[in-house]
Amino acid sequence: MYEPKIVGYLCTWCSYTGADLAGTTRLKYPSNLRVVRLPCSGRVSPELILRTFRDGADGVIVMGCHPGECHYSSGNHRTAKRIPVLQRLLGYAGIEPERLRLEWVSASEADHFAQTVREFTETVRSLGPLQLNGRRQAAPQGAAGGK
Amino acid sequence: MVSVGQHPNIELLSYSEVERVSGYVGNFQVQVRKKARYVNEDLCTGCGLCEEKCPARNIPSEFNLGLGTRKAIYRPFPQAVPSTPVLDKAHCIYFERGKCRACEKLCPRKAIDFEQQDKSLELEVGTIILATGFDPADPSHVAQSGYGLDNVVTGLEFERLVNAGGPTGGKVLLKDGTPPRSIAILHCIGSRDERYHEYCSRVCCMYSLKFAHLVRDTTRAQVYEVYRDMRAFGKGYEEFFTRVEKEGAVFVRRGDGVEVAKQDGHLLVRAEEVFSGEKVELPVDMVVLGIGMEPRKDAGQTARLFGIGRSREGFFMEKHPKLAPIETASSGIFIAGACQGPKDIPDTVAQAGAAAAAALDMMDLGRVALDPSIAHVQADRCSGCGECAVACPYSAIQVIEGVAQVSEYTCKGCGTCASACPSKAVSLDHYADEQLVAEMQGLLSMEVA
Repeated sequence: MYEPKIVGYLCTWCSYTGADLAGTTRLKYPSNLRVVRLPCSGRVSPELILRTFRDGADGVIVMGCHPGECHYSSGNHRTAKRIPVLQRLLGYAGIEPERLRLEWVSASEADHFAQTVREFTETVRSLGPLQLNGRRQAAPQGAAGGK
Repeated sequence: MVSVGQHPNIELLSYSEVERVSGYVGNFQVQVRKKARYVNEDLCTGCGLCEEKCPARNIPSEFNLGLGTRKAIYRPFPQAVPSTPVLDKAHCIYFERGKCRACEKLCPRKAIDFEQQDKSLELEVGTIILATGFDPADPSHVAQSGYGLDNVVTGLEFERLVNAGGPTGGKVLLKDGTPPRSIAILHCIGSRDERYHEYCSRVCCMYSLKFAHLVRDTTRAQVYEVYRDMRAFGKGYEEFFTRVEKEGAVFVRRGDGVEVAKQDGHLLVRAEEVFSGEKVELPVDMVVLGIGMEPRKDAGQTARLFGIGRSREGFFMEKHPKLAPIETASSGIFIAGACQGPKDIPDTVAQAGAAAAAALDMMDLGRVALDPSIAHVQADRCSGCGECAVACPYSAIQVIEGVAQVSEYTCKGCGTCASACPSKAVSLDHYADEQLVAEMQGLLSMEVA
């Protein structure tokens, strides 16, 4: 079976802790997700998401605190505005908008985390591998920087 | 309270409002508006003669929740600190009709000053503690609570009735002036209910038990405690519960719903008794609603003013629920008491002590430890567009002479600025673009197992 590669950008206060709880409570979720921990979902720039698709991800999921519960007051408000815009732009670039998902996961919502990852993995699996022109197949060594 | 008023290092500003807060830990500038109370605090001795002689009477007393009255010049309650009275402009005969000034004529210290104006004060402070408290939950939103019917009172109103210094001199009386023969105390009104407040207000069980005890002390009324779960969690609380049980209060454990209705001149409490599963009807003379706590109505405004967060239910958010319960995400700003979440007096005192110690500790040290992860601006890449300043939840970034500058003391390291910068001039230590990209590429280079 085709196994998609999914990168998750999780805020450290809510969603990463929620994912941690999913682990310690031994909930099952697909191993297709690879997690990058960030201080806040507001740290996720659109460029980073695009770059993640270019560098080999078939799906990207951003998780943060529920609106109103952000550790940094309003960092996630930015995320809530950015992601829908980026989803629309992805369509123009020939990437299915469903490959990018935003989800609010609090530190206690281990079930919600696991369920979301299961759902998203199936969504991306049904979309198939992401075909992009000029996409790098393997991560190049020492390549860094946004531009 | 009295020792706070007398302490040489404490300046008490009552009847005042914070209007603006700027700066950062160690260097806050706070603008306070001291409202005109029309009494010179330096001259007033708090003798109370003005209050006694004021002809504007029968104004509903806020402290007694409208059950008693006050004058136009008054102290909220006799033990109030400071003991300087305040003149209520809306009810003062002089302000209404231009004549009277009885208080001015009678004051032996000539402390009444009708010319007083609001004063704006600029304070320079190192740390800030917020202890703004709570609002009692409003039972009129709670369906079938019966609030508004005669002899249905909130816990706070009952507290005034049963208080020896209260409007009835401590006598529990019905509206018609007779003593009640039976009282039902309903727990969990507006708390632990998804329609109102999902959380437990923590104090209602114990104050409801206290009422049962006081009712047995002052009247011969039969008391019904209509509860859901008895949360006697503190030191000595469970013992008190047992004591009240032994004193003869009848405990009825109810299901989720409870209804108060009027029937044949009585009040009727309908509920489902949990143990038998049967519906019970209690005809009583008086109903006390065990209302919970909710965030103050202006908590959102206050949180914005001080740059701190709020949790889902609207109370101020602590930095960490277990490890930093008195600190906020804004360094140098601490919270204590029910503004952080419902709590009883012992817990409030403990938290207040902790907040005071933490604030003192910080000032005594004279320096602060910064978060290792804060944002930096690479000046030669910055175009001064200000996107980062708009994105920053803490107003830690200012554009000065066309270049964004991060205040290291105010920055909390969320990185929202770094992802907002169109020219990649802002970078967050330990979470720089290069680092995130490298991490992401490393993860993607591995095959899915």
